[in-house]
Amino acid sequence: MVTALDTPTPVRRVRIPRAGIAAALVVLAVVAIAALAPGLLTGVDPNHADLGATLRPPDWDHWFGTDQNGRDLFARVAHGAGASVLIGLGATGLALLGGIVIGTLAAQTGRWGDEIISRLLDVVLAVPGLLLVFLVAAVMGASGFTATIGLAVGTVPGFARVVRAEVLRVRASTYVEAAHGLGHPGPRVVLVHVVPNAVGPVFALATVSLGAMIVASSSLSFVGLGPKPPTAEWGAMLAAGRDLASVAWWPTVFPGVAITLTVLAVTVLGQHLQARFERRTV
Amino acid sequence: MTSLAIKSEPRRVSPAAVRVLRVVAVRLLGAVGVLVGAATATFFLIQAMPGSTTDVLLARTQASPAVRAQVIAEYRLDDSLFTQFFAYLGKLATGDFGTSFVLRRPVWDAIGTQLPRTLELVAATLVLTVVASVVLAVIGAGRRRWARSLFSGVEGLIVAVPPFWLGLVLLGVFSFSLHWFPAIGSSDFSGLVLPAIALAAHPVAVVTRVLREGLLRTLDEPFVLAARARGISEVALRARHVLRHAALPVTSLLGWITGSLIGGAVIIEIVFSRQGVGRLLLSAVQNKDMPLVIGVVLLAATVFVVVNALVDAAAWLLDPRTREH
Repeated sequence: MVTALDTPTPVRRVRIPRAGIAAALVVLAVVAIAALAPGLLTGVDPNHADLGATLRPPDWDHWFGTDQNGRDLFARVAHGAGASVLIGLGATGLALLGGIVIGTLAAQTGRWGDEIISRLLDVVLAVPGLLLVFLVAAVMGASGFTATIGLAVGTVPGFARVVRAEVLRVRASTYVEAAHGLGHPGPRVVLVHVVPNAVGPVFALATVSLGAMIVASSSLSFVGLGPKPPTAEWGAMLAAGRDLASVAWWPTVFPGVAITLTVLAVTVLGQHLQARFERRTV
Repeated sequence: MTSLAIKSEPRRVSPAAVRVLRVVAVRLLGAVGVLVGAATATFFLIQAMPGSTTDVLLARTQASPAVRAQVIAEYRLDDSLFTQFFAYLGKLATGDFGTSFVLRRPVWDAIGTQLPRTLELVAATLVLTVVASVVLAVIGAGRRRWARSLFSGVEGLIVAVPPFWLGLVLLGVFSFSLHWFPAIGSSDFSGLVLPAIALAAHPVAVVTRVLREGLLRTLDEPFVLAARARGISEVALRARHVLRHAALPVTSLLGWITGSLIGGAVIIEIVFSRQGVGRLLLSAVQNKDMPLVIGVVLLAATVFVVVNALVDAAAWLLDPRTREH
């Protein structure tokens, strides 16, 4: 079964030209600067409303124009990077942690433990991707935090399955047998020898699914299940721009371009890393 | 699909048909198990929410004592947790999803009135996905390198575009600037075009890629050479022989497509202000209307799980290589 969140990977991998990888690195560097220190890109306060300059089209003073409150959209896109990327990164990180722990447990707890964990994962997988976040938001209230939790929970089963299969494969190898033979205690062997050698593929999978996570998190912010206004966040900015779409094009264009470029860069790098990883293991 | 065809012809039951039925039955039974698990999870979710279960089920609306008493009786809320659990599962099993006290109507009724609009959108998207991916894959399966890289580049780009943003851009260009399509909230056919395109973009990109790879692989097969030797036209060769082989890997994508359409439709309905289950779900989440939220989620899960079980069974039937385990 496939999680609704991750896009299936191509059958035959496309070789990415060097220029593409370099471009992806540049985009990610800019996004990282915007997320960590947006002050380096713009000196303008993203929440400063200038009612004398509302809905200005892009010009030299306002590169991306202004919104209905006269806030500078370039500053808001730059400051929005943090919130937008953080949800995707946080959800991927949490899902990785959960996937590694649960996948290892499934592989290590014998037939019954494995069966119970696998069936529980099936239940989580039964709820198509984004709907799980809606459910979490209904229970805990909508916020950036619940969006992160919801996305992570939906992604854990896919990661856990990969880890489980890898742990089973690594455990059968001769060096693990040797460690047991040397008299190391079982839990130590699992933590020191099995898990570190079993997590490679799931990290590769995580880099590829990070792009889909960012798309999903911006969709959630767009429908109001992410960070609350006036926080600058790309999906939420697009939602605000939607109401202005009949009079101004710029509020709906620039945040979307920012999301697309970020996702594209993440995906290109993820596929590059995955291809390298596969070459190394084959 | 296959199972239905076989079930309707009970007289011609062959051993092969029995095996097919068994495969489908085992998969569907597994699906039922998963759904019971999902329903159980929602029961504990309701229990875990702050406040009394009665308040949660009433979505914290002001209800008369009579209504409260009715809810308590219906869900056996004065009995033990054990009894409550079976009362809850029993209600769900008989198709009773309870009442939305925010909308003041049964959950099924609320979903039922919105469902046709969502199904309309999903059906239009599916048709568009099939037609567009077949046409694009056949065009794109050329031998030239640059054409191939161009196609895979565009597919990669499309997958990076969030569907809701694509919807916004389509709205801006074709509704607000060119006035070709009605802006938002329209209910006739022309109002379906832009949402279907926005929702179909990702599936089309992914299916086209898989189908094109399949076409290229199949074009190297000996039977293609044989067909060409008999003087078949290039179009007929692709349409009649090659496409069928290439379509096989696409069946494994059906589960992913279903999931992404269910999740995507919710978002796209909101972009275009369309009526539908997505809008219903969002307002239910905002109102913490748990019976309605759970109703929609379990309905979506049922569709998703059953489709996946059938796809799984179909893969078993179509491709002997998946039968090993």
